[in-house]
Amino acid sequence: MNYELTLGLEVHTELSTKTKIFCNCTTEFGGEQNTHVCEGCLGMPGTLPVLNKSVVDYAIKTGLATNCSITQFNKFDRKNYFYPDLPKAYQISQLYFPICQNGFVEVNTDDGNTKRVRIKEIHMEEDAGKLIHDPWEDCTLVDYNRGAVPLLEIVSEPDLSSAQEAIEYLEKLRAILQYVGVSDCKMQEGSFRADINLSVRPVGQKELGVRTEMKNMNSFKAIARAIESESKRQIELIEEGKTVLQETRRWDDNKGKSFAMRSKENAQDYKYFPDPDLPPIEISDKQIEDIRKSLPELPEQKKLRYVTQLGLPEYDTGIITNSVHLVALFEKTAELCGNPKEAANWIMVELMKLLNDSATLPEDMSFDDTSLAKIINLLAENKITRDTAKKVFAKVFEDDVDPEQYIKDNNLAVMTDNTLIKSTIEKVVADNQKSVDEYKGGKTQALQYLIGQSMRALRGQAPAQEVTKILKELLD
Amino acid sequence: MNIDFTKMTALELAKKIQSGEIKVRQAVDAVYESIDKFDSTYNCYISTCKEKAYKKADEVQARIDSGNIVSALAGVPVSVKDNICTKGIKTTAASKMLENFNPIYNATVVDRMENADMIIVGKLNLDEFAMGNTTETSIFGATNNPWDTSRVPGGSSGGSAVSVAVGEAVISLGSDTGGSISQPCSFCGVTGLKPTYGSVSRHGLIACASSLDQIGPIAKDVVDCAALFEIISGKDVKDGTSMETPKFDYSKILDGDAKGKKIGIPSELLGENIDPQIKEAIQNTAKEFEKLGATVEEFSLPIVKYSVPAYYVIASAEASSNLSRYDGVKFGYSTPNATDLQDLYIKSRSEGFGMEVKRRLLLGNLVLSKDYYESYYEKALQTKRLVQQDLLKALEKYDMLLAPVAPTTAYKKDEALSSPLDMYMGSFCTVMVNLAGLPAVSVPCGFDNNNLPIGMQLIGKPFDETSIMQVAHIFQKTTDFIKTPELIQGVAK
Repeated sequence: MNYELTLGLEVHTELSTKTKIFCNCTTEFGGEQNTHVCEGCLGMPGTLPVLNKSVVDYAIKTGLATNCSITQFNKFDRKNYFYPDLPKAYQISQLYFPICQNGFVEVNTDDGNTKRVRIKEIHMEEDAGKLIHDPWEDCTLVDYNRGAVPLLEIVSEPDLSSAQEAIEYLEKLRAILQYVGVSDCKMQEGSFRADINLSVRPVGQKELGVRTEMKNMNSFKAIARAIESESKRQIELIEEGKTVLQETRRWDDNKGKSFAMRSKENAQDYKYFPDPDLPPIEISDKQIEDIRKSLPELPEQKKLRYVTQLGLPEYDTGIITNSVHLVALFEKTAELCGNPKEAANWIMVELMKLLNDSATLPEDMSFDDTSLAKIINLLAENKITRDTAKKVFAKVFEDDVDPEQYIKDNNLAVMTDNTLIKSTIEKVVADNQKSVDEYKGGKTQALQYLIGQSMRALRGQAPAQEVTKILKELLD
Repeated sequence: MNIDFTKMTALELAKKIQSGEIKVRQAVDAVYESIDKFDSTYNCYISTCKEKAYKKADEVQARIDSGNIVSALAGVPVSVKDNICTKGIKTTAASKMLENFNPIYNATVVDRMENADMIIVGKLNLDEFAMGNTTETSIFGATNNPWDTSRVPGGSSGGSAVSVAVGEAVISLGSDTGGSISQPCSFCGVTGLKPTYGSVSRHGLIACASSLDQIGPIAKDVVDCAALFEIISGKDVKDGTSMETPKFDYSKILDGDAKGKKIGIPSELLGENIDPQIKEAIQNTAKEFEKLGATVEEFSLPIVKYSVPAYYVIASAEASSNLSRYDGVKFGYSTPNATDLQDLYIKSRSEGFGMEVKRRLLLGNLVLSKDYYESYYEKALQTKRLVQQDLLKALEKYDMLLAPVAPTTAYKKDEALSSPLDMYMGSFCTVMVNLAGLPAVSVPCGFDNNNLPIGMQLIGKPFDETSIMQVAHIFQKTTDFIKTPELIQGVAK
């Protein structure tokens, strides 16, 4: 029997506001344990939450960028549960009036079409602290630095049907969040993480299968693996005539397996109710319009412009526009070198190779954003060879060297002294009499060998055409 | 100099201090002497803070000596209910849970009083976490009624009311969630103001029920209350529910007039569940107002009968969530006998909270749970809106409402706790004020056959504390119900 997969994602993204959602503590990642805290975010007796208004602006930005309608009468609700990482034993969240509703994000499907993934809602809430287990002392410690950092929870409808689509959606969403500047979306720091709701059903069956939930996934690779593994597990259960239980499962990426955490029967009653400490927030039409006007060009718009105005290939623009960091580098480089195609080419070929080989993420690139344009310009002016250009770019990528200085220091510029080139090639010809004879005897490959030897002797810094020309003159 | 605070208001003391007749230190001495003499009888205080008080007294004295008088109550010692956070002074909420809790911050009202050069002298007893109306559930023992020590002083601000009644405090702060200022004032024969919700910052008030809690002054008379209200009220950035309002000016209380005022009495609050002697006192009060030129009439406010159940549902629901933070992990009592996390939670909370708190936490959790949310919590919120709506409607017709504060005078100890439902019904006259978020001033207006004080309340329009206090002031000027109980010295608690 064939099965189809139904997937919905809940994405939690930490907002990059300067201060926390209900107090003035910094939202900076890390820091010595329990130093980014105050009596407010520790929930000490008598303290009260006071809303950081920029969280609302960030949420509206996100909602508009994902085609949501904005709820103009907002309230916060308390989600009550006991856990040591939650200082007040309730999380301030939004259940009844989420700030954004009914949006969508467009993604490319496996068959090359596009698909709208509907967004059910986006709501504002506070993050929890972090539990750190100390195996040496066999105890668990709590770090509240992350507590009350503002979060958006972005809940999709179950519109996704494969791991690939899920990743597409997440990449698109991440790009949007980065474009509008509401989050750095660093997965390894937990500022972009997803819960997966997943069910399977035989193709043709109308009603959805029983779903499970896997929480707090923070790498695309793990998400893809978890989806594959969980759908396989559910299909196997059905094939064996067993039933899938509605439950929350924990994905262990090292073991490549998920484990049951708690079933629906044991699901917690969070006893949600409107938070009486926070008065309702009313959002005016003007506020929404002002934010709409301030939105930057979004990935879809950029993509279209790159294709139609710059003439770039669709595939390339898709890759570049998915990362705000690649976009930044591309736009700077294109601007400085005046050749968008060449800029895109370098990013698609050389930069991608360097990123892959070093397992670096675009956000972790650390070189000066004018360097690539400098290299492209030097190449265009024939001051370096293409080969040298690649080597210099690798060095730029690795050590952030200044290309011009590096070329000068290492004597990598193209040789312009033709007599020196000629005398070097004469020496190569004299030293390789055997190849010269072969060439004269009609073996054309021998010429390639001699070109190679000459280039080597010239340390790759002479223009290849010039070398070939001189060599031919000498031989013929 | 012999200073007797049973015979002197805070403003009278302030004038003497500011004129140099009394030194600030002498005033502080007098408070502590009175505490030494009488607190073993009445048990008003949980703790005192002499060192800080004298240090502050010297600073204030220096300012006064240099002619810098920063407020009407500069130099006056003030006592604070022990659910209001004081930096560096233990703030216990009368609970084992917070027995050793030492806040690293001041409540905004405390900051404001200190900025007004008032001197915090000690922390006053209350029902555990302000839940109760007898001041019997404190882990530091019950506070005793100054008119009959075998009776309760009311609550939860019992320590605040009694300390003023017996002169162990010049003036004090209480907090009111469902009558916790008004009712003990009524039981002890002192005056208190429960301000409009949002007019006094709740920052630093250990939350009982967030949508109902409000801090307010307790004193010998309305003018003192007004003077302290001027200092503590006003928008605070640390409390999102505090409101921007025109600055309250206590001096306006002095020149008010009852003439032409329309006063309504909800007839449901003169019904058969109200003690006939209290009814009579209220009717006499009404006559007094008429003499002063006001018109008084009864009107029907049927929604009142739903206010007690709605109140206890909402108050318990909010409290159950507010008190969840006391889990033995971060601050407060933590059981030494936990075997795992779940056990830590259960034991810390079971051992740290008293009976009445537990009762309300259970009730609160029930009404917020999925199966009961709609039928209890949501209904209670609807009722709250109706109460508010009907009271505001009444206040369109009348300038203010007159009502008893409590259906009875002070009852015998242990009576109420053995019958929680009766105790809850004792809040019948006050909870509607909190549900509607209105201001009310509680004023002594008579004595019953047992020589126990009777209180009346004037309920006003939102943020119009001025009108009710003006009328209450005229009442206090023309009548003579502010009396001092016969004080008993040195009886064991």
